[in-house]
Amino acid sequence: MVTKPIKGEQRSFMTGNEVIAWAALAAGCEFMYGYPITPQNEIMHYWTRLAPKYERGFLQTEDEISAGFTTIGGVLAGKRVFTATAGPGNVLMQEAMAMAEMMRLPTVVVVTQRGGPSTATVIYSQQELNLTSFGGNGEGLRIVYSPASHDDLFSYTIKAFNSAWKYRFPTFVLGDGYQSKMRAPVTLYDPEERGLTMEPCYPMVGLPGLPGEEREPAHLRNTYNLEEELFAILSDSIKDYESMTPEVVEWEATAIDDAELLIIAHGIVSRAARAAVQVLREEGLKAGLFRPITLRPFPVAELRRLTGQARRLIVVESAYGQLEKMVKTALYGLKIPLRSYLRPGMGITPEEIVQFAKEL
Amino acid sequence: MGVSLKIALAGEGGQGVQSVAEIISEAAYTAGYQALYIPNFGVEQRGGVSLAFVQISREQIGAPKFMLADVVVALSHRAVDRSRQYVGPETLLIYDESLRDEVRSLYGTEQKQLAIPALVVAQQEMHPRVFNVIILGVLMQVADLLERSHVERALERRLGHKFAQDPSLRELNYRALERGYQMGKGGVAV
Amino acid sequence: MAIEAQPQMPRVWRAETKPHKFCPGCGHGIILKALGEAIDALNIQQRAVFGCDIGCSLLAWDFFNLDTIQTHHGRTTPVLVGLKRARPELLAICYMGDGGAYAIGAQHLVSSVSRNDPVTIIVANNTQYAMTGGQMAPTTLPGQKTETSPYGRDVELTGRPMLGPELVATIAPSGAYVARGTVANVVQLKNFIQKGLSNQLKGRGISFIEVLSACPTNWHTNAAETWHFIEKEMSKFFPVGELRTPDGEQRQEVEHRGRQP
Repeated sequence: MVTKPIKGEQRSFMTGNEVIAWAALAAGCEFMYGYPITPQNEIMHYWTRLAPKYERGFLQTEDEISAGFTTIGGVLAGKRVFTATAGPGNVLMQEAMAMAEMMRLPTVVVVTQRGGPSTATVIYSQQELNLTSFGGNGEGLRIVYSPASHDDLFSYTIKAFNSAWKYRFPTFVLGDGYQSKMRAPVTLYDPEERGLTMEPCYPMVGLPGLPGEEREPAHLRNTYNLEEELFAILSDSIKDYESMTPEVVEWEATAIDDAELLIIAHGIVSRAARAAVQVLREEGLKAGLFRPITLRPFPVAELRRLTGQARRLIVVESAYGQLEKMVKTALYGLKIPLRSYLRPGMGITPEEIVQFAKEL
Repeated sequence: MGVSLKIALAGEGGQGVQSVAEIISEAAYTAGYQALYIPNFGVEQRGGVSLAFVQISREQIGAPKFMLADVVVALSHRAVDRSRQYVGPETLLIYDESLRDEVRSLYGTEQKQLAIPALVVAQQEMHPRVFNVIILGVLMQVADLLERSHVERALERRLGHKFAQDPSLRELNYRALERGYQMGKGGVAV
Repeated sequence: MAIEAQPQMPRVWRAETKPHKFCPGCGHGIILKALGEAIDALNIQQRAVFGCDIGCSLLAWDFFNLDTIQTHHGRTTPVLVGLKRARPELLAICYMGDGGAYAIGAQHLVSSVSRNDPVTIIVANNTQYAMTGGQMAPTTLPGQKTETSPYGRDVELTGRPMLGPELVATIAPSGAYVARGTVANVVQLKNFIQKGLSNQLKGRGISFIEVLSACPTNWHTNAAETWHFIEKEMSKFFPVGELRTPDGEQRQEVEHRGRQP
């Protein structure tokens, strides 16, 4: 028996990409498939250094299309597997993720967002929210977590495997280049020692028993002749998705009880927003923060409830209205003025948010 | 100096700016501070100005980058220009003495500044490769935030494998660090 | 024809889904019969996982009493490669058409071959995209009329027929098995497929078998014209035989009549 990668709790100071590799190891992930792209590369670098020590596997594929589809192969084999990508690679990977969505395959993808569209920057953005949430030729029946710290990266990478296998929807950890590249403190832990049970994985093909004689063969198809046939299957998936939503949605609220000015931000931008809320409070403005942690499914009911007494809303994101659109959809019918601070592909500092809020 | 420090370091690729940032942030972390370091990692990292952002605080750190730094370190002609956006009225500018004219023409004499002869000292008295360790010493003396032992431990973590191969490197690096601390003593308090 | 001479269904065929869904005269039924017999002969029904592509090959999703995954166009190889890497004890069979292998999935094919992925790839070459209604494919013959080359394939504008096995044989590392069979010689075809599957069982390397196949529906041919096209026209460009066998690693000399007809 191979020893566990992490025993007890380990405080450490490392980059986000390294955190993700450790999280996948700690989660008992058995295989990674991947193709080089910045700023994701070091996830593979750390994984390939650590994996052989813990009897885990790696395959470098010819492109992200293949990385996505080989990941599907690993899932079908019944293994806890993942891949990681960014930007144009995330675009290519959507084909496989659409198949995973339709066939309810528990793929796990870590996305380290970079500036777009096209090649753009390799640095940072929050512009892959639409793509990651709704990138396929389907309905976006996916789970998307947006971490904001190294501790989040660790916990939500582990959680992604569990949510994927529990609910059987493709699951994403939507990070970004800043989180990937920055060095910061983190606490690594063994999930079991924290009382977390890893959701079991099981094969979907290559099952025991002689197919056709001792059992029915697994005939997994992704092709339908009739509208009614497809509609029935999608309706079942949508029903599952909606009934799962209350269990899966996560959010974080800061200084929200008496907030008149509610700032809404996700991921690393929520950190700047939290700092801005503190400054605004010190200056006498009743500001609060709502941070959706799951972007799919979006915490609609929670946001509507917590928006209650707010007189003004501000959406802040490093994209041009991708989060704003989700917020507006969630708040349809409410008559609270909403303004947005939209900086596609740009990092956002607390000072900017404070200034924007005061100018309103 | 308060309990929060924002440092932007800028230099040419190969000057060791990222190593300095890594050692500082690591030292701050082991000393019990919240620390966050993020390199500028654009495509330009090959052949461009290398930038590093370090934040040290007693409290949770927000955004990884910032608008204005408490200390800006500029180590080349291009770096003086590139780091200008992080220099505010209160910012201390640390630069190599050879860039004095450059800095004067850009900032005048009002800006708080500290010119250090790191390049000359490294080349003439030590070795060009320890240029960045002199800078590290200067910065740590000026910031006066971390115990020397934490800095040395982080230095060992970063360069220990090289010291093991060539023990004379350890002596050289510690001499450079000490020299940096001395240079920093004559400097302006942040 | 050979198929009538052997009316018995292979054991691994799924009786409940027969008669199959392919058009009358289609080559897929013959290839899948040869594959079925090879699986029976090797007694690997328990270990085999069958992957089929988009194109008419997808109609085989419930063809066998085998665990089966039907994937996207050109992506069968990566799905089964991912599976095989995670569960090496399984036997991975990738079934696709010439469009899936040589056009949209070409990068997967080339990369799998150069990695020597231990999977068996079977490609039905019927010189066009059949399921979408008969468009030009990489394998369309010079002058051949299709829906997107209605005046005949112009090799100046669209290139010459792609030689899949020759490409694979050129780049494959040692241990590979590469052959081209035809539905016009079922005994030989079964032999090639069986050797390809054995190669995977022995863990030697990749196995690749292209099969010259028939599509009377899109060719608009009667039975006699169909066989004539396969045996007289296609074989001019696509010589049948083994190109690489791992035993002794000798390269089989195949007459490349197709290069300059």
